[in-house]
Amino acid sequence: MAVTTAPAAALGAYAARRERRKAIAYGVFFLLVAAAIFVLFVRNSAPGMESTFKLNPATRERVIEVPDLVVPTRETLLVLAGLAGLLGVYQVVRGFRRVVLVLGLVALMFVAAFLVWAVRDKSINLLGIFTFAVAAATPIAFGAMSGVMCERSGVINIAIEGMMLTGAMMAVIVSSVTGQIWFGLLAAVLSAGVLGVFLAVMAIRFRVDQIIAGTAINIFALGITSFISQRFLQPIPALNSGGVFPKVAIPGLSQVPLIGPIFFNQTPIVYLLFLTVILIHFMLFYTRWGLRTRAVGEHPRAADTLGVNVFKIRYVNVIIGAMIAGIGGAYFTIGSVGRFDEAITAGKGFIGLAAMIFGRWTPFGGFGAALIFGFSDALQAKLQVLGKAQVPIPTEWLLILPYLITMIVLAGVVGRTVAPAADGKPYVKE
Amino acid sequence: MTPVLELRNITKRFPGVLANDHINLTLEEGEIHALLGENGAGKSTLMNILYGLYHPDEGEIYIRGQRTQINGPTDAIRQGIGMVHQHFMLVPVLTVTENVMLGNESVKGLVLDRKAVAARIREISQRHGLEVDPDVRVEDLSVGVRQRVEIIKVLYRNANILILDEPTAVLTPQEADDLFEILRSLRSQGVSIIFISHKLREVLALADRVTVIRRGRVVGETPTKDANQAMLAEMMVGRRVALTVQKPPAKPGEVVLAFKNLKVLDNLMHLAVNGASLEVRAGEIVGVAGVQGNGQTELVEALTGLRPVQDGTITIAGKDVTNASPRVITECGVAHIPEDRQEDGLVLPFPIHDNLVINTFYHPPFANGWVVNHEAIRQQAERLVQEFDVRTPSAAVPVATLSGGNQQKVIVAREMSRPIKLLIANQPTRGLDVGSIEYIHRRILEKRDQGVAVLLVSAELDEIMGLADRIAVMFKGKFTAVVDADEVSKEQVGLMMAGSSLEEALAHAPKPVSKEREIVT
Ligand SMILES: Nc1ncnc2c1ncn2[C@@H]1O[C@H](COP(=O)(O)OP(=O)(O)OP(=O)(O)O)[C@@H](O)[C@H]1O
Ligand SMILES: [Mg+2]
Repeated sequence: MAVTTAPAAALGAYAARRERRKAIAYGVFFLLVAAAIFVLFVRNSAPGMESTFKLNPATRERVIEVPDLVVPTRETLLVLAGLAGLLGVYQVVRGFRRVVLVLGLVALMFVAAFLVWAVRDKSINLLGIFTFAVAAATPIAFGAMSGVMCERSGVINIAIEGMMLTGAMMAVIVSSVTGQIWFGLLAAVLSAGVLGVFLAVMAIRFRVDQIIAGTAINIFALGITSFISQRFLQPIPALNSGGVFPKVAIPGLSQVPLIGPIFFNQTPIVYLLFLTVILIHFMLFYTRWGLRTRAVGEHPRAADTLGVNVFKIRYVNVIIGAMIAGIGGAYFTIGSVGRFDEAITAGKGFIGLAAMIFGRWTPFGGFGAALIFGFSDALQAKLQVLGKAQVPIPTEWLLILPYLITMIVLAGVVGRTVAPAADGKPYVKE
Repeated sequence: MTPVLELRNITKRFPGVLANDHINLTLEEGEIHALLGENGAGKSTLMNILYGLYHPDEGEIYIRGQRTQINGPTDAIRQGIGMVHQHFMLVPVLTVTENVMLGNESVKGLVLDRKAVAARIREISQRHGLEVDPDVRVEDLSVGVRQRVEIIKVLYRNANILILDEPTAVLTPQEADDLFEILRSLRSQGVSIIFISHKLREVLALADRVTVIRRGRVVGETPTKDANQAMLAEMMVGRRVALTVQKPPAKPGEVVLAFKNLKVLDNLMHLAVNGASLEVRAGEIVGVAGVQGNGQTELVEALTGLRPVQDGTITIAGKDVTNASPRVITECGVAHIPEDRQEDGLVLPFPIHDNLVINTFYHPPFANGWVVNHEAIRQQAERLVQEFDVRTPSAAVPVATLSGGNQQKVIVAREMSRPIKLLIANQPTRGLDVGSIEYIHRRILEKRDQGVAVLLVSAELDEIMGLADRIAVMFKGKFTAVVDADEVSKEQVGLMMAGSSLEEALAHAPKPVSKEREIVT
């Protein structure tokens, strides 16, 4: 990063040449995006088409009515392609100082162009997509937060998926049996916590390879939940009807146009997520515990020589991390559909790990990445509704798109490896 | 008067090694007590026991006459013991402030009080002349400044028994002198200090008493006023050590290493090397003299492919290797002894024998095509461990378990044991005992006489004066003078290192006296 901000030319020929080559590569990429918008979308639209985006929640109660966004399809696409092209030309000729931001912008323009094209002569509720995106992002983000907690202290938690699965099942059972949905949530947290204890003991005390320990937990969780599901939950509906958390509109905030319905008319689990993200950020960067956690994740011996109890920090972080994964698990049942099915988490725990990495092991970064992934889910679901004729692309391809964009953006942000230095390495005390 | 600290019969065994063998040591109040001993003698082990990092197999610790159990660093810190470890114990990605307060944090409510700690650090650094910016990340600091942070860490905890395990190994002579001032002032405030060093001169200048350890046993204890270098060296090694090297004149041949107008950035994106040019010929040793932080580190990293070059050219044996990869440069016949052995020289969890072939393992006889020949690697390791006197129970143990000096020997053995055209040695004898230094100096001269070009970077002016045929003085990223070593005195080089021009230096300081120079250790 710093190289791009320093006046590269003043530093000498090599630096200048290297920077130049990189700058041109970015520019060419922007031009390619422009070309793609043109070839894929502009040429497949006709003059006079309009794309309509609705910006109000589908429900009735609202205070301020936001007018629908109606844009002429072809013209908008041309403008987007042109803009991306201009950015590309400028990048090749002169070069932006903060090119990564421009890269993000161009990626966004591509997604926008895709949307405008996909809803040509139709309408889509954009607000609905975003609202759904936040909900879909919730378990992924909990997974990412779980990963941040564990890995910042130096323990890789690949068992997030299994912890979520267990949490999802326990939530529905306890909620069904007690009739108290909050007890269900508590059960999810505690059951995932138990798996966390197991992971912690294996990884910290017995120094088992953390990937293997985590995988073992995943296999165990998948097996036992499938068994219980087949044997008890499917035949006995009374055990598998936990109900769902109702949406709770936050007074005031939920009335704000656009933002309100997206973020502040959700279930309590989603609010719990916001709280968790903020709390982890605060604890990691502002508290004693956070300082020790980061030190232990980077250089446990140094922390040890100052009297920091490396093992204690790791145990607590892994167990809390597991509990957070448990909340994410509860989302799948009592947070959305109210019942448990086999493998209901569908790999979201692993995607949460990916979000943590894309978010560079920071809470807000992981949350942001989870939102992008959630958006991909939402987009895919809504576009299916529009029909094959409208969007003649296999849905699998649609699913790939956001991941692809994220990877390109991240490849652009060439940075140092950011994983904690001692991540995954057991600490051996003499 | 009861001593502040007394160690009685401390014994510690590692698998295959008796690291401490019934060691007794007393430390009086307000005393600087030096601990001297060969690499692997057991000094760090003893200090780690005192600091609670290792648990002794036998023996007792008394603090102010009270028998004490030290089960961990927390106990040690509570007893007022502070330790500066042989290898940095700093978290690179954290700031100075965060590193200093770690384990002993100031908080306001729940929130870390960085401001208060930074203020404390500024106060400590002012009082003791330990200049450092509390808000910088440690990874962006030079080695010398990192050492200051370590000392601040200890002072921050108000330690009154101070252990310094080879604190001067990474310091420039000037920084070492500053450190001694600090230690003397602490002593006058009643702080008791255990000081480990391989530099006899420092021990004699600073310490009140010295205890010598050999192979885990105390072999002698004496007030420094009754000691001299030769005697201490003999006590340590168990034989007479030549403190001087005989050096026949060099017979320079072809230019092997040449770089022109080199520009290299440091981690903070400043131009650390700013237009440096130099040639090194086969069969000569060019010594780079300079106060640490004048671009030597970055220069060596650029020459070895570890850091990008911004401008200029590097040629090795006629081949342009500017911004080439380390592999390409190694394949040109370049050996590199890096400044930071644990960071750039070794893979600590790997066994010694793998570390010894880490840049040649893909060549025969260590590999046949894709298959590694473990037997050849093992045999090579046995031979080198013998030849370079690496003190270890076996070549199969992880390098991390070796003492600091023996880790250094592993690197030297690896780099010196293959056919090379150019040796780039950055602080090659850092942390070595006098006997090993003597040995390695002889090996470097041997390489020179076989026609290897040697670029020697050292913070030890004596080492430069003793080994180099030509001296290149580095100041603010440039070479301000390149002179024949015979034509200048140590004082004159010192002046140039501080920024004087060659003419000024030649006009002022005393002329060189004798042709036969001495390496004082
Ligand atoms: N953790 C360990 N495991 C096994 N052996 C060890 C360990 N630490 C030290 N040793 C061995 O104990 C002996 C003493 O090592 P120590 O580090 O105390 O030496 P030292 O006197 O500090 O040497 P140096 O001057 O080179 O630092 C060495 O032979 C070393 O190989
Ligand atoms: Mg040592």
